[in-house]
Amino acid sequence: MNSVAPIAAANAPSVDLASVAARDAFVDRLFRAIFAGAGWFVLIALIATAVSMLWGGREAFSTFGWHFLVDSDWDAVNKKFGALVPIYGTLVTALIAMLIAVPVSFGIALFLTEVAPNWMRGPVASAIELLAGIPSIIYGMWGLFVFVPFMSAHIVPWLNAHLGHWPVIGALFTGPPLGIGMLTAGIVLAIMVIPFISSVMRDVFLTVPSRLKESAYALGSTTWEVAWDVVLPYTRTAVIGGVFLGLGRALGETMAVTFVLGNAHQLTASLLMPGNSIAATLANEFTEADSDIYRSSLIALGFLLFVVTFIVLAIAKWMLMRLAKRQGD
Amino acid sequence: MTEMQSVMTSPAPTAAGTTTLAGMPEPKLRARGLDFFYADYRALKSINMDVAEKRVTAIIGPSGCGKSTLLRIFNRIYSIYPKLRAEGEVLLDGENVLDPRYPLNRLRSKVGMVFQKPVPFPMSIYDNIAYGIKHYEKLSRAEMDVRVEQALTQAALWTEAKDKLKQSALGLSGGQQQRLCIARAVALKPEVILFDEPTSALDPIATGKIEQLVEELKNQYTIAIVTHNMQQASRISDYTAFMYLGELIEFGETTMIFENPKQKMTEDYITGRYG
Amino acid sequence: MASVLSSKANTLSDKLYRRRRIKNAIALTLALAATAFGLFWLVWILWTALINGLAAINWALFSQMTPAPGSDGGLLNAFFGSLVMSFLAILIGAPIGIAAGTYLAEYAKKNAIGETIRFINDILLSAPSIVLGLFIYTIVVRSMGHFSGLAGALALAMIVIPVVVRTTDEMLQLVPSTMREAALSLGIPQWKMTLQVLYRAASSGILTGILLALARISGETAPLLFTALNNQYWSTDMTQPMASVPVVIFQYAMSPYDSWHSLAWAGAFMVTLFVLLLSLFTRAVLLRKRISND
Repeated sequence: MNSVAPIAAANAPSVDLASVAARDAFVDRLFRAIFAGAGWFVLIALIATAVSMLWGGREAFSTFGWHFLVDSDWDAVNKKFGALVPIYGTLVTALIAMLIAVPVSFGIALFLTEVAPNWMRGPVASAIELLAGIPSIIYGMWGLFVFVPFMSAHIVPWLNAHLGHWPVIGALFTGPPLGIGMLTAGIVLAIMVIPFISSVMRDVFLTVPSRLKESAYALGSTTWEVAWDVVLPYTRTAVIGGVFLGLGRALGETMAVTFVLGNAHQLTASLLMPGNSIAATLANEFTEADSDIYRSSLIALGFLLFVVTFIVLAIAKWMLMRLAKRQGD
Repeated sequence: MTEMQSVMTSPAPTAAGTTTLAGMPEPKLRARGLDFFYADYRALKSINMDVAEKRVTAIIGPSGCGKSTLLRIFNRIYSIYPKLRAEGEVLLDGENVLDPRYPLNRLRSKVGMVFQKPVPFPMSIYDNIAYGIKHYEKLSRAEMDVRVEQALTQAALWTEAKDKLKQSALGLSGGQQQRLCIARAVALKPEVILFDEPTSALDPIATGKIEQLVEELKNQYTIAIVTHNMQQASRISDYTAFMYLGELIEFGETTMIFENPKQKMTEDYITGRYG
Repeated sequence: MASVLSSKANTLSDKLYRRRRIKNAIALTLALAATAFGLFWLVWILWTALINGLAAINWALFSQMTPAPGSDGGLLNAFFGSLVMSFLAILIGAPIGIAAGTYLAEYAKKNAIGETIRFINDILLSAPSIVLGLFIYTIVVRSMGHFSGLAGALALAMIVIPVVVRTTDEMLQLVPSTMREAALSLGIPQWKMTLQVLYRAASSGILTGILLALARISGETAPLLFTALNNQYWSTDMTQPMASVPVVIFQYAMSPYDSWHSLAWAGAFMVTLFVLLLSLFTRAVLLRKRISND
């Protein structure tokens, strides 16, 4: 077809470029403001969360002061509240979870990056990630109805019998076969955080340049030696970041822990006894709180949890960023 | 001015009507004293170059010489990146388009661009072409159909695409997608089309089709094409500019550049000593 | 001579090498064991949910309301409440998330404010959801004076937003810069390019983000505990307490009644099924779109 309009008809008279440009500029500014507003909203949401909880907990903080952190009394009748038991339970269950989850996650990440045949890697990785997708209330249900009876029937008596009378750690493992308790909660938490930690580790292991690994193999290293001496040191910062990420999750987990921890405001050395965590206390008692100081103490607990998880997650993110920078991202 | 540039035939005439090279028609686009900076790094140094109207001007040179950088100044596409800045003048029909008062959308409706990798929008073939037009003109369905057909015909894609206008553009082959991008650019009826290594991602057959297309398009549009393929430049261009490390080393008629270059550096590049 | 040397070499370096080989074998076996360990729990948990859930599934689930203590009934009001609150949470959270993600990818990609927002967003992403529930309690429930489905939806929206911000940011950054330049070089303004070209190009990714957020909030209990509370009866009033499946499961499971336990299992099964199907569907959508784009 040769009947194409000549060049002179460029920008036909039906268009007024100047007004189009002005309108475009205005709408551009409008959208930029909308997008920026949404971005700032995220920032403000976090700050507002922190501030609102600090505000809600002010009565508790001003009434109890620093003693709030170390008092183990939790007395709704006499209106005396101390956060020690929930804090202790939160930290102990998280610690147990990490002690189990970190080596297991490392093993899984190692398996998926170095050991498993290629056809197996995708499905197995997906299966592990499925663990992360299961809602925590399901963990709670399974924990309460299946795992707790298992623990009380088999594990707890065994621990009592075999470790209960050891000199120092024996105190950790003495107690009636209730099944619920800090150890059970720690195990359930471990299972919940394994997929998070292992997936970060796996992603991070995959960023190691293959020439690094190949040169180690070429020198005759075994797979394990490459993993321990090359991959792990290279990714050390990010691995720790992944661990902190898992810790952040473990500290804040509510439902799974609430079902199996026992919700008892008592401080015991034994891991086999019930205890309490900050999240579980909130979940169980918030709607029952019948006085302002009670509610304020609960919100103050929430604030403490928020601060601790914020710090842990910030450290995690910072460490993961360090490795990303190293990659030149 | 460096010694090299002084060898170039006289730059910077004052009146709009004078030509620079003997026999060279009116320059449509003219770069004068053009410098370009990435933050503090000076990537282009005092470029003076003319792009003749309704001719094909090729810009060649080794990697990193600044040829794409130069091309991308002509439609100010660099302005979306914060650390890039141009100084000097680029005259389109005598008006300096680097002047902030020159409306950007006017520039971009007059100067179209085709990129190295074909980037059809994630829409139907028809919508890809209509997209740019719709922003400027209010056309009826029938009028738009005509414009789309015109553009696709000019890009030698009409026969292959006319039965699939409503299908996604992503279903086209690489060469077809690039012709679609050309159709998209000509749909706005520009005066100048800039090609930034348009065939480097295509197979030889598709490349041949695009080259043929460029030779037809020059009857209507002023064309500037950056290419790392010297043979391509010698095949399809009327004028060639050779650049090296941000400077314009030599500029002239293609036949002259390739058969009788004045600069040793040009000659070395042409004969493959480096680059 | 050679045999003396080689026999000496045999003993020492062979021993060392053998030890390293054994260490390697042990380590790799442990890695396999760890993986089996992880998979073991997955199977046990899913199996439990399946067996107990299937035993408790019946039509009453979808036709009756949550019952009084110790009686039989269904979960209809809970299903409805969860659906409505999730839908509202997505309706509120997704646009904010997409807008913020767009800001990060298109307007603040490398500068300080962008990095700060990304950092904060990632922390919000992993923050304890009970804390977010507490936040909404203090600003919404306290002001309204009572619990409400609306507050529940807002608490869930606080979980949706960081997920959508992150996926939108990442997906938009994956769109090649040439596409932006191609649109801009036609004279299209940035807002139009973003809305009509970029969002289209990143659509399957952004949708995935929204679906992931939906899967996440479907199982969330903690943020609803003191925002939407619970409601034994059928209610469509968003300004009043509203039932939801996870909260009902919590209440019923912790109770002493068998009939309630059975309902809790049914609810747990439905939630797990929904989340798993959603994950599979998300994978199918993303994979299919990706293939057709290449």
